[in-house]
Amino acid sequence: MSALTQYIDLYRQSRAEISAGSAGALNALRPAALEALEGCRLPDRSDEGFEKTSIDAMFAPDFGVNINRIALPCDVASAFKCGVPNVSSLLAVLVNDRFVPTAPLLKNLPDGVTVMSLAKAAELYPDIVSRHYGSVASLKSPGTALNTLLAQDGVFIRIGRGVRLDKPIQIVTLSSAPVPMLTVRRMLIIAEPGSEATILTCDHAMTPDIPSLASQVVEVIAGEGARIDICDIEESAAKSSRYSQLYARQEAGSDLAIGSMTLRNGSTRNEFSVNICGPRCESRISGMAIGSAAQHIDNSSNITHGAPRSRSNQLFKYVLDDKSTGAFEGSIEVTPDAPFTEAFQTDRNILASPDARMHTKPQLLIYNDDVKCSHGATTGQLDEQALFYMRSRGIPLDEARMMLMQAFMTEVVDTIRVEALRDRLRHLVERRLAGLDASCSECSAGCKSE
Amino acid sequence: MKELLKVTDLHASIADKEILKGINLTVNRGEVHAIMGPNGSGKSTLSAVLAGNPAFTVTSGSATFHGLDLLSMPPENRSHEGLFLSFQYPVEIPGVSMVNFMRAAVNAKRKYFGEQPMPAAEFLKLMREKRAVVELDNKLASRSVNEGFSGGEKKRNEIFQMAVLEPCLSILDETDSGLDIDALRIVAEGVNKLKTPDNATIVITHYQRLLDYIKPDIVHILYKGRIVYTGGPELALELEEKGYDWIKNQVDKEA
Repeated sequence: MSALTQYIDLYRQSRAEISAGSAGALNALRPAALEALEGCRLPDRSDEGFEKTSIDAMFAPDFGVNINRIALPCDVASAFKCGVPNVSSLLAVLVNDRFVPTAPLLKNLPDGVTVMSLAKAAELYPDIVSRHYGSVASLKSPGTALNTLLAQDGVFIRIGRGVRLDKPIQIVTLSSAPVPMLTVRRMLIIAEPGSEATILTCDHAMTPDIPSLASQVVEVIAGEGARIDICDIEESAAKSSRYSQLYARQEAGSDLAIGSMTLRNGSTRNEFSVNICGPRCESRISGMAIGSAAQHIDNSSNITHGAPRSRSNQLFKYVLDDKSTGAFEGSIEVTPDAPFTEAFQTDRNILASPDARMHTKPQLLIYNDDVKCSHGATTGQLDEQALFYMRSRGIPLDEARMMLMQAFMTEVVDTIRVEALRDRLRHLVERRLAGLDASCSECSAGCKSE
Repeated sequence: MKELLKVTDLHASIADKEILKGINLTVNRGEVHAIMGPNGSGKSTLSAVLAGNPAFTVTSGSATFHGLDLLSMPPENRSHEGLFLSFQYPVEIPGVSMVNFMRAAVNAKRKYFGEQPMPAAEFLKLMREKRAVVELDNKLASRSVNEGFSGGEKKRNEIFQMAVLEPCLSILDETDSGLDIDALRIVAEGVNKLKTPDNATIVITHYQRLLDYIKPDIVHILYKGRIVYTGGPELALELEEKGYDWIKNQVDKEA
């Protein structure tokens, strides 16, 4: 029996409660999602593109779903310790899927910028949310259809036409539940034409000893000439599973940079699907994965060029230690409508232990002759010569290894365009590689956001 | 104690191929030794084994370094105890800046001797002073280790690191290779500036040229994994004149 069945049964039994705890635009798509799931199953390792991660197995345990929206206890205050030094963040907290704004957010949010609960936005701005919700995400993906079937809330971000936000918006996601639970959340990001913003999300497990699963669908609409940076950092725990699907649509001249950093986790599958719909876009997806113990990190990244003269770049780097496993599948698709495309993809991986495993599958699908495209993937070990050179100067082996791993990740860190975020990430990576707890709540950096 | 390094009947191999076949060598404080020899005789292997390169396996023999059992120590401790190897091919380390590299090296040594990390201002002053020894450009400090350095800059960078770490035994492995005459002079002057009665230098070289600048007290000829001849500075000149063939012929005839 497919793991899907229990969730469809749940929906059929609790349709009224699910809808009551949500809002119009979200409820409106549920019938279509149900129809899409008809006769369907969640992908497992026999499906192409899922060779190393079974979504079916991820969803198989008997997780609870908080459809009645019981307020679960969570030490939100500790999340406030997380912050980005030198950046006064517009901070909000997401407890599972429940949006909790902070006082500075409400006070400092400039005109033309909305950051709020998605369900609330659906009530306040039904036209906008209805128009965009589900407009980018594809119900053909069973994971997305299931998310659409059950999602009750999440985050809504809208940057108004021409608004340039100089402070990053930060969404701290906290998983917190007394029992094994599936969280279904949704994020809708609308960058109107000419707008600019940076959005930082981070994912933490507040109840790390209890298994949890998050189903997350993020939709990004980058309007004409908009410039959007999204950086997502996962710092969850060994018993955390996550299936995250990000869909983006880029209009003409837009510039989208997505960063995805998996520092600590249990089992994670991240999918990125970027559609370049207008000419002269810039598009970047940068990923970093640091694995130790039994962590499993699977990234699947696709950029489709559907319009001429755009440039895209995908860069993913993994460092895997112990028995951790990594998978990467990346594709560039250049359609006949996209002449003069420049698209590049790089995947580089280091196996720091003989038991670590990496699987990589780079792909190019080019249906146009006037393009400049490349892809490359390598998997290897730390440079023995560099290690000896460092040791011969007195740097102990462990420290030398750490310095080389950190140096390896510099290339990914450097793709972050906001300097303060870059510094913060560098610090987190350093702590992570040093074996220190990378979680913000344990961090000694002392960056309390005001 | 006058004796700094004593190597006795040292055998070493790589991938089951024996390269060093019984090296005997004693180096006292204040001395400059030159080790010369034809290609493939084991010169670089000897320096790598003394510095602790894990690619080589010591199969028998011993080496004491101011009373310590050198061969049982990891490379980092050999460095802390005062051994320095200037690499023939300095390694490029993309993403690790020279400054961080040197700070890690300096502080690891201090930690080994139970001292606190060096304060930032003191460290920067140290870097400035030592750069002057080999006229190393400040702009290289912010770059990645050896990345994009010219051949001459790489070798000067080696001597700069040597100046910072203040070893009591420096092994210069083919420091002259790939250097033009000006760079050679700067590097050699740097080495001479660092010379004291308490430390010693082993210069490994193929040619006599470097020895015009760094004057050896004792010259050894290494051939087929053994030191086959030891003499004074005049030996280097003799080699330059006659080439290695007369040594080879002599040794091969005896064998």
